[in-house]
Amino acid sequence: MDWLFRRKKSANSAKERLQLVLIHDRANLTPAQLELLKDDLIATISRHIEIDPGGVRIKVAQDGREERLVADIPLKSAIRRRAH
Amino acid sequence: MAAWKLNPGMPARDGEMNAKVITIASGKGGVGKTTSVANIAVALASRGQKVTCIDGDIGLRNLDVILGLENRIVYDLVDVVEGRCRLRQAMIRDKRLSELYLIPAAQTRDKSAVSPSDMVRLCDELRSEVDWILIDSPAGIERGFKNAIAPADRVLVLTNPEVSAVRDADRVIGLLEAEGKGPAALVINRLDMSMVRRGDMLSVEDVLDLLAIDLIGIVPEDDSVIVASNRGQPLALDGKNKAGLAFQNIARRLMGEKVPFIDFDTPNVFQRLLGRK
Repeated sequence: MDWLFRRKKSANSAKERLQLVLIHDRANLTPAQLELLKDDLIATISRHIEIDPGGVRIKVAQDGREERLVADIPLKSAIRRRAH
Repeated sequence: MAAWKLNPGMPARDGEMNAKVITIASGKGGVGKTTSVANIAVALASRGQKVTCIDGDIGLRNLDVILGLENRIVYDLVDVVEGRCRLRQAMIRDKRLSELYLIPAAQTRDKSAVSPSDMVRLCDELRSEVDWILIDSPAGIERGFKNAIAPADRVLVLTNPEVSAVRDADRVIGLLEAEGKGPAALVINRLDMSMVRRGDMLSVEDVLDLLAIDLIGIVPEDDSVIVASNRGQPLALDGKNKAGLAFQNIARRLMGEKVPFIDFDTPNVFQRLLGRK
């Protein structure tokens, strides 16, 4: 029935908002700091290997109460290979 | 993370007792810590356990009025710590349940009048006299909270199914882990099942997903909580209301019993809990 209501239930909003807030609270890392970290990471890795800066994804993933920093960094060569 | 060892069954009645120290904390104020401490204490005492509760909220004491013992205070926690009376003299005996005692907080002092090591010393002295010591932590994560958790063998984190309370509970859970006091057990207080069914309140499973710790109690929203506080008669004294029953169940779980979570007049709370991934 939920698809009938365009407006999302408030409990769902609460849960989604809390999921984000708690990740950043626990890691003591704001979304803005995470962006800075991403830029640094791109700069550092680019000194060693050619990457696709636009394709870099970085996030804090959760497993129970444990957090880990997950980075997905596509290499330039990999993109080329996929294209052929 | 070392699993907390629950005392299986009742502690020894004869000879030396060795109390479990349980602290109730929440971070956020107004979620029902004092009411919960009073009712869990009453529930344990009604099961033949010897219980002392300590009001850790120096400067803003309230456990005395919730228990209906406010007219009998002579000495308080700070008097004990500063040596103006013996521990025994500050323990007010509840006349309804002879095995229930309260050590009230001082009203005219602040949290800095007591240190975490004072609390550890005081509880160590009490441990041989009772089965349970329940500490009501003040709101916040500062000195009063640190005092309240210092002697704890186990901490119950209380929350409401509401964003600010859940966020603060998460912070407290993290601090407890950092202090080596984890893992905490969760009490969800003031759950309104009709709101959950409408999709306007976080459900028990939502809160458990977010906080990722073990559950020890679900207390439904219940008007009798206010009525009980008006009268100074904790509702766990008579087991006829929903919230009182929920507190009785928390007491039983603390004592090591396996008690299923109550199905609060809906067909699927319990099923949802069982079906939780």
